[in-house]
Amino acid sequence: MASTVETHDEHATNYMAIFWWLAVLTVIELAVIFMPIAKLLIGIMLVALACSKAALVAMYFMHLRFETRTLGYIALTPALIGALLVFVLMPDLRGVGHKTADEKKIEAPAEH
Amino acid sequence: MSVSQAATLHHPAVEPAESPLTPESWGKLGMWVFLAGDAVGFGVLLASYGALRAGSADWPNPAHYLGIQLTALMTFLLICSSVTMVKALEALKREDLGRARMFLGLTVLGGALFLGMQVYEWTHNIHRGLLVFGNPWGATLFGTSFYVITGFHGLHVTGGVIYLSVVLALLARIQGFGRRFMITEIAGLYWHFVDLVWIMVFTFVYLL
Repeated sequence: MASTVETHDEHATNYMAIFWWLAVLTVIELAVIFMPIAKLLIGIMLVALACSKAALVAMYFMHLRFETRTLGYIALTPALIGALLVFVLMPDLRGVGHKTADEKKIEAPAEH
Repeated sequence: MSVSQAATLHHPAVEPAESPLTPESWGKLGMWVFLAGDAVGFGVLLASYGALRAGSADWPNPAHYLGIQLTALMTFLLICSSVTMVKALEALKREDLGRARMFLGLTVLGGALFLGMQVYEWTHNIHRGLLVFGNPWGATLFGTSFYVITGFHGLHVTGGVIYLSVVLALLARIQGFGRRFMITEIAGLYWHFVDLVWIMVFTFVYLL
């Protein structure tokens, strides 16, 4: 237990600086959604900002930066699985989109 | 020499079978493993949300229908509570129990305020017609996914408030700053995780 105290003493973190970074990034997020740019670009910027904020919390508030590398891999695994899930679901998304359009075509004559 | 052997040498009281990843505590490793598993749960929810939304032709724009100002304030509140949490840990490091308890109390207060705001937000949205089984603006699953994801996170915040309250009560009873530091640090890991997940929920459910 004492080792933890010593370890964090050795790597004194300026928590208020992290707080201000998080606050500023949140304000930027709110500004981004009203920017007159392409939706895809807004989406990319928002995801990048969210990942930056999450990384700040994990690295400094959760002290992951000062832990062993293996613990970092454990913490990173869910992010990789999450990213993998998105790619796994991607092929289905096109199918769902087409199905919705087809369904509308089929349903339209039935209404008359 | 392995890390666990080195930890044993530096800490004579530590058992030889100490965790090599977190030599100071098995509890800390246990919390990290729990959080990794929990993060996968949230990851599945958010990925499913993305899939449902991308596959829907009439998904309402959340920024138009959900209260961004209130949730931005909730985000700010959770960030503040994360800061008070690390400040409590800092105070324990300096062996200042009074300040540590004060900051931990503020963290609990921040969590309770967040929950109060979420109750207000849900009540407001229900009155506007955003229900689990439908809403006036478009895809039915918009409401379902909103309540499932924010509700699952809200349950975590509720658990965190209870957990931190117990730690706050224990701080006065437990002897030794080392032990106090460890139980607070482990509870802090959970609380920061709740904050981290909200950062993602705020972006994916409210802003995108």
